[in-house]
Amino acid sequence: MERLEEKLKVSDLNFYFGFTQILNNINFELKTGEVISIVGPSGGGKTTLLKLCSDLLNVTEGEITNSFSSSAFAFQDARLLPWKTVVENIMLPIIATKKYTTAYKEACEIALRFGLEEKDFIKYPKDLSGGMKQRVNFARALITKPRLLFLDEPFSALDIGLKRELQDFVLKSCKEFSTSVLFITHDLMEAIRLSDKILLLKSDPGEIIKTYTIDEEKNNRDDKFIFTKTQEFLTDCDVINTFEIKAI
Amino acid sequence: MKTLIKILKDFPWFLWSGWGSIASIFLFFALWDMGNQIYGDLVLPSPKEVLLTVFSLFEQQEFIEDLLLTIKRGIMGFGISLAIGTFFGLIAGYFITASVMSRPIVTILVGIPPIAWIVLAMIWFGFGDMTVMFTVVIASFPIVFVGALQGSRTLEGDLKEMMDSFGLSFWQKCKDLYFPHLFSYLFPSWVSALGMSWKIVIMAELLSANDGIGASLAVARSHLDTPTALALVMTMVGVLLFVEYIILEPIKKEVESWRD
Repeated sequence: MERLEEKLKVSDLNFYFGFTQILNNINFELKTGEVISIVGPSGGGKTTLLKLCSDLLNVTEGEITNSFSSSAFAFQDARLLPWKTVVENIMLPIIATKKYTTAYKEACEIALRFGLEEKDFIKYPKDLSGGMKQRVNFARALITKPRLLFLDEPFSALDIGLKRELQDFVLKSCKEFSTSVLFITHDLMEAIRLSDKILLLKSDPGEIIKTYTIDEEKNNRDDKFIFTKTQEFLTDCDVINTFEIKAI
Repeated sequence: MKTLIKILKDFPWFLWSGWGSIASIFLFFALWDMGNQIYGDLVLPSPKEVLLTVFSLFEQQEFIEDLLLTIKRGIMGFGISLAIGTFFGLIAGYFITASVMSRPIVTILVGIPPIAWIVLAMIWFGFGDMTVMFTVVIASFPIVFVGALQGSRTLEGDLKEMMDSFGLSFWQKCKDLYFPHLFSYLFPSWVSALGMSWKIVIMAELLSANDGIGASLAVARSHLDTPTALALVMTMVGVLLFVEYIILEPIKKEVESWRD
């Protein structure tokens, strides 16, 4: 029962780099099993907000309470240790807490699930393609079976097929472990496909100006639904102003 | 431990891959022999004669003692410069002011020729061990220092952040991030410092000591004993080749297999 009460709550959050205000009065709440995406233009403070939520930056004004028992982070660039092989990279988060053989076995299992082949296991990151690096990145984040997953535009540099495949993996894993996800992206279609709620973050300074809720069940969100919804978003004047979309 | 076993296991293959280098060494011998045939024994003794002199040198107890003494001086000088160079380099890299300030000093140290240090050291310490080791330390210190400085300056914040995001301990960060990264910069600098030390120790001995290989070389010169002089040179090069190719290269190959 206790698990149901896990949540991430951001209240009255302001953040400055020097004298420049990056975030202004951010408020939202992420509950168990929920996927929230934060969309906004590049340079709008999305990554800063995510780092504050994941405790990689210190909160100076406002409050962030995180009652999730564990969390993991998947970065935009895979950030693999170049001197470790694929499996060693994946087992990095659990190697200190588990026996080597157990950790190794778990890493191999999750690597296979994320579409890596056995012959790739002993490769170093220098021998991997961008897509494979990203698979390792996800496998490493999910090996801890985190209760909360932070995603920092990890799909942005992938081709459309791989993007879809990895998104499905993440959705499946989240359902399986009832992981909550805080996801930042500048891709509206991606946000519509994956999230329960979308927060629109305008830049200079970063401020949440609108929250959209998508009620449709994730499994039922086919291409048609996503296209229609995206079109709807693109006619929303807040979206137009935030992304500075010029009329053709 | 696993790395060590892998190095030993791959060693026979590594040796087998050395045929190309051996061929080029034989080519060098052939050119040398041609030089001997043109210029005669006094100017350039034949490789065969020099090799025979090397073998006869190794039969003399006195030579073995000299060789060991030179190796001892080289290793001690190298060891000291390795320790202080690594320590100060890492510290200087950690503080931006220290790294900016140390740069001109390193340039000055690199710029002063070792021969000048030998002269100064002879004035300060007189003939003997101290002068030789001082020169070795002062000449190889900047190489190690710069390696360590670059290593600690280039520690990636991104990877540290990744490790922080998983809440990994400081010890694990040292083991999996700091140490491998620093080692990848330190190891090559240690190898070049070792080569430098070996050359400097001979030069310093030649000018400022009564014993050691360098001093024997000075004696051979004064006797115009070209075969012995060349035999000594061959021994020195042999030692360096042995250390670099047989000991260090397999280690380097293994620990840097992750590099492009």
